[in-house]
Amino acid sequence: MEKAKNLSPDLFKPAQIEKKEQDALSRKSVGYWQDVWGRFRSNLGAVLGLSLIVLTLLLAIFGPLANNYDWQTQMLDVANKESFSDHYFGTDHLGRDMWQRVWYGAKISLTIAFLAAFLDVVIGVTFGGISGYFGGRVDMVMQRILEVMYSIPNLIVIILMLLIFDPGIVPVAIAMAITGWVPMARVVRAQVMKLKSQEYVLAARTLGASHARILLKHLIPNVMGPIIIAVTFAIPSAIFFEAFLAFIGLGIRPPEASLGVLINDASTYLQIFPYQLIYPSVVLSIIILSFNLLGDGLRDALDPRMRK
Amino acid sequence: MSKNKEVILSVKELKKHFDVGGGQIVKAVDGVSFDIYRGETLGLVGESGCGKSTIGRTLIRLYNPTSGSVTFKGVNVNDLKGPELKKFNREMQMIFQDPYASLNPRMNVLDIIAEGIDIHGLATGEERRKRVVELLETVGLNADHAERFPHEFSGGQRQRIGIARALAVEPDFIIADEPISALDVSIQAQVVNLMRRLQKEKGLTYLFIAHDLSMVKYISDRVGVMYLGSMVELAESDALYDEPLHPYTEALLSAVPIPDPEVAKTRERIILEGDVPSPINPPSGCRFRTRCPKAMDICATAVPEWKEAKPNHFVACHLYNE
Amino acid sequence: MMSKILEVKDLHVSFKTYKGEVKAVRGVDFHLNKGETIAIVGESGCGKSVTSQTIMRLIPNPPGVIKQGEIIFEGTDLTKASEKQMEKIRGSEISMIFQDPMTSLNPTLTIGTQIMEGLIKHQKLDKKTAREKAIEMLRLVGIPSPESRLDQYPHQFSGGMRQRAMIAIALACQPKVLIADEPTTALDVTIQAQIIDLMKALQEKTGTSIILITHDLGVVADIADRVVVMYAGKVVESGKLEEIFYQPKHPYTWGLLGSMPRLDLSRDQELLPIMGTPPNLLDPPQGCPFAARCQHAMSICTQEMPELDEVSSTHQVACWLQHPMAPEVKPPTAAVGGK
Repeated sequence: MEKAKNLSPDLFKPAQIEKKEQDALSRKSVGYWQDVWGRFRSNLGAVLGLSLIVLTLLLAIFGPLANNYDWQTQMLDVANKESFSDHYFGTDHLGRDMWQRVWYGAKISLTIAFLAAFLDVVIGVTFGGISGYFGGRVDMVMQRILEVMYSIPNLIVIILMLLIFDPGIVPVAIAMAITGWVPMARVVRAQVMKLKSQEYVLAARTLGASHARILLKHLIPNVMGPIIIAVTFAIPSAIFFEAFLAFIGLGIRPPEASLGVLINDASTYLQIFPYQLIYPSVVLSIIILSFNLLGDGLRDALDPRMRK
Repeated sequence: MSKNKEVILSVKELKKHFDVGGGQIVKAVDGVSFDIYRGETLGLVGESGCGKSTIGRTLIRLYNPTSGSVTFKGVNVNDLKGPELKKFNREMQMIFQDPYASLNPRMNVLDIIAEGIDIHGLATGEERRKRVVELLETVGLNADHAERFPHEFSGGQRQRIGIARALAVEPDFIIADEPISALDVSIQAQVVNLMRRLQKEKGLTYLFIAHDLSMVKYISDRVGVMYLGSMVELAESDALYDEPLHPYTEALLSAVPIPDPEVAKTRERIILEGDVPSPINPPSGCRFRTRCPKAMDICATAVPEWKEAKPNHFVACHLYNE
Repeated sequence: MMSKILEVKDLHVSFKTYKGEVKAVRGVDFHLNKGETIAIVGESGCGKSVTSQTIMRLIPNPPGVIKQGEIIFEGTDLTKASEKQMEKIRGSEISMIFQDPMTSLNPTLTIGTQIMEGLIKHQKLDKKTAREKAIEMLRLVGIPSPESRLDQYPHQFSGGMRQRAMIAIALACQPKVLIADEPTTALDVTIQAQIIDLMKALQEKTGTSIILITHDLGVVADIADRVVVMYAGKVVESGKLEEIFYQPKHPYTWGLLGSMPRLDLSRDQELLPIMGTPPNLLDPPQGCPFAARCQHAMSICTQEMPELDEVSSTHQVACWLQHPMAPEVKPPTAAVGGK
């Protein structure tokens, strides 16, 4: 030790260290979601994905305010014109403003996707949660039902659905959710099965907690991570599927517009007016890409293996 | 001395078998009987897979027994229903092993500790918070911690939160399932001292399950030793450690690492050969015979009787059959 | 005088997280002599495992970075060695066994393949000789009927057997240094006793130097020659086994010894816990990291980190209580026993 150093004897008086301080925590409380956000923020791709989604959502909602047209008025005198004056994306074969139509279509596509994903969550979480939590015979029966559901080709279900209902936003979303909830139920069931033997669940049971309380307070909140990830991957596939349905003429039908309808319309004139195809396709691709980026980022941020 | 004490919990011929599929049955607990007296600490030791945790979980009804009975305060716990079950849930509580898995990561400390208060409707609003703060202070934490989340705490602090949660419903019997195994040595002592203080203040009865023999000896009045689903010896803790009767207890004691170089260098250790056999197909007769240095012919054929070899000192071993 | 085979000098290792830099190891010095066993003890998070993994250069980068310091192994500084050099050293010169034998063995390969792997790679043995050597290794670590066991997979082994197999793999190439990271923690006491005995016997036979990372002072007392006590990324005390157990100088060492019940401790005595919890290494205190939990803390302790000071030529301690101006403090009896 540096004996040469001049140290005041005062320094060797007992320090007053409060007992409370021994159990003191770092001053700033970091909640779980803050922690997730911290990790998410450091992931460039995920932030890019999220920004693009926000941008697309804003454009889908407020984009149409940028010029004074609407998505369905036909102006045949300016049909098939590439971008000019305030027709930012030009006009289609009926002279409708493409800018308006692209964002209106995006809005419809996103609405359908969000609605379908929401239905997936509601059905999937309930079904998977109950199946996984109770296990045993309940689980056996529910899993067989699920397998039957999954083995019906979803196109057939959707065609039947759309024969009965008019193909609007809600019927298309319901048609997609009828088979779409199965993967969600599987994710939730697997997680619940894993979590239900965790000690905090056992602790709740020894305290006399009801099944509903255990599911709602202990299990579902802890499955939120995987649910959110599944949703971020379910949304782009729903958008894609909606576009596909519209394209083969089963989904939203003209004059209604969704991204799929726009692409279908434009494909007729692909060789003459490629721009009519490019704008909706680019928007569609950006939406799908950004949701996938977001999903990857969320998976990294929520992954329990990264947490300690 | 324990003879004239009141029996709070009585376990008779308890069996718990698990069907693991493929026609195989794990006999996790296979015929165990013991009593716990009010106000004492009964230690339960044994190696992993000996069934000690299964016993704890069966007592508190996390598992249903395959056969046998658990009588708590004169009532068979498996007959309990409705309000009686609710009362039982308040009287018997459990402290868990893994401080990282025993607290719900999405709930804050206030809600975690208040869980029992909420379930049993003991208090709401300001009163609820007041009670939680009192409990936090009882376990050496304070009101500042109420709004924090489990991941902000260290292992020892979490374990104390788990204790506060159990105490919230004012139990008189607590099963501590390896409450310190996952903690650092210096923190273990914090938790053990806390448990001892609470026992004194609240007159609690403990079933203390652990594999750490030195800690069990220190905290328990009586100790039961388990091997492969059955109890091999049960005695007052000093008697058990000074004069182990069963060869397994002897080996277990001699294998405990002692933090004293001189003792470690001089003492004789009994090193058991091999591993614990599978509980799916345990050895016939005495289950310990395959590793027992003193095994005899009879050990393979007859299951040793559970008997009082000395006053208050029970053992199941053919060596003590005259 | 024994010769040093491995020397760690002023090692600093940090992990970069989005919250900032976690300074896991903050200046660690110790050395390992030929043929001896040193134990590095401390609580979880004290940096003992990070130190050992840094010696093997197994710290993933990023996020882990060696900030400064040297690890001298037979004249080479391992902190500057290339990945290629390290591959040569790992497994043949320095080997490691881990806490959990199930996750450190590859479940898809037979035990034999995993032992032979190193022999074929490092010692350039052909398959047949490697197999014979592998059988010999399994026999050495006490696995019955090694010829048939060799072709079995890890899941067919019990916990104790797996740890034996791990040791066989680690020792196959006769490494000069064996790092054992909590080798007995996951095992039951009776199996733990088997493994400690085995390690002692093997060391006598092969002369390997061992670094034992553990928190169990009972195991330390049984097997170590010297002890290094770590706290919050720093060495707070180091010395010969007897010095640490019978003349501990650092209050943290007192705490470690005192919080462990001995079989002879009576039920009326209180255990001597260390209150509080270790500091957050994202933002370590500027003074002694133990000050906040220390019963004898002085003003200076919260301001300045004491340096490692020699008590004897073999015994070093970093504590302001050693300063001539400090009041005299006796270690509690719970720590050094009744005698």
